Amino acid sequence: MIPTLVRPVVTFVVLIGAWWAVTRLGGIPFYLLPQPPAVLHALWQQRMLLASATFTTFSEMALGLVIGTLLGSLCALAMAFSPRLQRWIMPLLLLSQAIPAFAMAPLLVLWFGFGMTSKVVMATIVIFFPVAAAFSDGLRHTDPGWLDLAHTMGAKQGAILRHVRLPAAMPAFGSGLRVATAIAPIGAIVGEWVGASAGLGYVMLNANARIQTDVMFAALFVLAVMTVLIWTVVDRVLRRILYWAPGNGGAAR
Amino acid sequence: MTDNDASPRPPTHQPVDLPGLRISGLGLQYGTRAIFTDLDLTVQGGEFVVLLGTSGVGKSSLLKIVAGLTRASAGTVTATDGLPLAGRIAYMGQQDLLYPWLTVIENVMLGARLRGERQDPDRARHLLERVSLQDRAKALPSELSGGMRQRVAIARTLYERHPFVLMDEPFSALDTFTRAQVQDLTAELLQDHTVLLITHDPLEACRIGHRLVVLTGHPARLGPPIEVPGPTPRAPDDEALLHIQGHLMRILMEGHGA
Repeated sequence: MIPTLVRPVVTFVVLIGAWWAVTRLGGIPFYLLPQPPAVLHALWQQRMLLASATFTTFSEMALGLVIGTLLGSLCALAMAFSPRLQRWIMPLLLLSQAIPAFAMAPLLVLWFGFGMTSKVVMATIVIFFPVAAAFSDGLRHTDPGWLDLAHTMGAKQGAILRHVRLPAAMPAFGSGLRVATAIAPIGAIVGEWVGASAGLGYVMLNANARIQTDVMFAALFVLAVMTVLIWTVVDRVLRRILYWAPGNGGAAR
Repeated sequence: MTDNDASPRPPTHQPVDLPGLRISGLGLQYGTRAIFTDLDLTVQGGEFVVLLGTSGVGKSSLLKIVAGLTRASAGTVTATDGLPLAGRIAYMGQQDLLYPWLTVIENVMLGARLRGERQDPDRARHLLERVSLQDRAKALPSELSGGMRQRVAIARTLYERHPFVLMDEPFSALDTFTRAQVQDLTAELLQDHTVLLITHDPLEACRIGHRLVVLTGHPARLGPPIEVPGPTPRAPDDEALLHIQGHLMRILMEGHGA
């Protein structure tokens, strides 16, 4: 238990120390790079603002993650169920990636308003693709030997999908979901930058405009901590599901 | 679920009720390239036939056709009792093909799970006992050694209660000693089945086959059947076995060179 905790703590302390040293010795002005105590102070001073902003951004991320994962999985499953559907959907999916999701942000705000909806949609779009792509890839690349065996055992297509292709694709789904979780905050934050009246992105934009760099850093810090926490939860759940897959905490002992 | 052989059968070497397997005029062609043509082979009911061939000669394709996984370009595969083959074949591939997310006992009952039938854990446990793995029922395949995994695959094959068993180099991934042990077990447990096993290992063929046929050439053809005397599994230092093994090796080398 201790060694797993020691490493990140050491990394964190070293990073903060380096930051502190740079600000002290480099003579960098406060409005460019505030010192760690100033950020800590801002963190405490603005705790109410930051807490409510964090709650907003967290809700957007969590909703986006749930909806994006659901839609991405459904899309992958639909394509796995019908190869014909796959031939229609796959180019569309790739095309959708040709349009950067962030370029859509102003449009989304225009369509869905300044509230949370536009940010949830944004996060959903960002999360949808890695989940759909990785999961559908996993569903298509089942070990041919496992499929042969299932065919000789008289399994129908539905049973093969449910009992063979689906579980076999779970590691791929897991890596897609991990990627999606890591980039989930981008969707929410960009949405908030473009137009919002709440959330960490809004706080950052505001602080930036007033050259309150310490508040900016405080918001960034909270965002990073929240992302790591969400990622850890998702990772734990995935390890539970992938108890059998090597490299996921299970199986290889 | 039918329950026609729940109790262990008395060991008879040529049970009359077992259907045989008839391959006639079988050919496989990829474009203009003929892999094999005009193959004829009959496996008698309860017989253990080993088909030997070097790699790339089309052994696996032949077995996949018999298993109904691939279509032949010509010819037919039928059961000697006139009933359809589909649904009466148990297949063992080149790997053990255990599903890593299922426990050992769940892997043994895989057929029932895939067909949506009721699973029979008592029968599965009984079969695991026969391959000496009764205390590993709840383990995951990744926790087992290669030999143990192959034994689970045998139990899974037996669970199917099918008269026909097809095996595609099932022991090629095992080390020599483990392979010999699993061969013994296979010869013993598959007695009341009509078996077609393919391999590139002459010793394996001689140890567990009632009858051996060699597939060689381009396009490949079947050589005359070779009978190995004595009950299986045969001792690896048996005189007749060693002689035939050498003979087979020569046929394979000549066929490969041609």
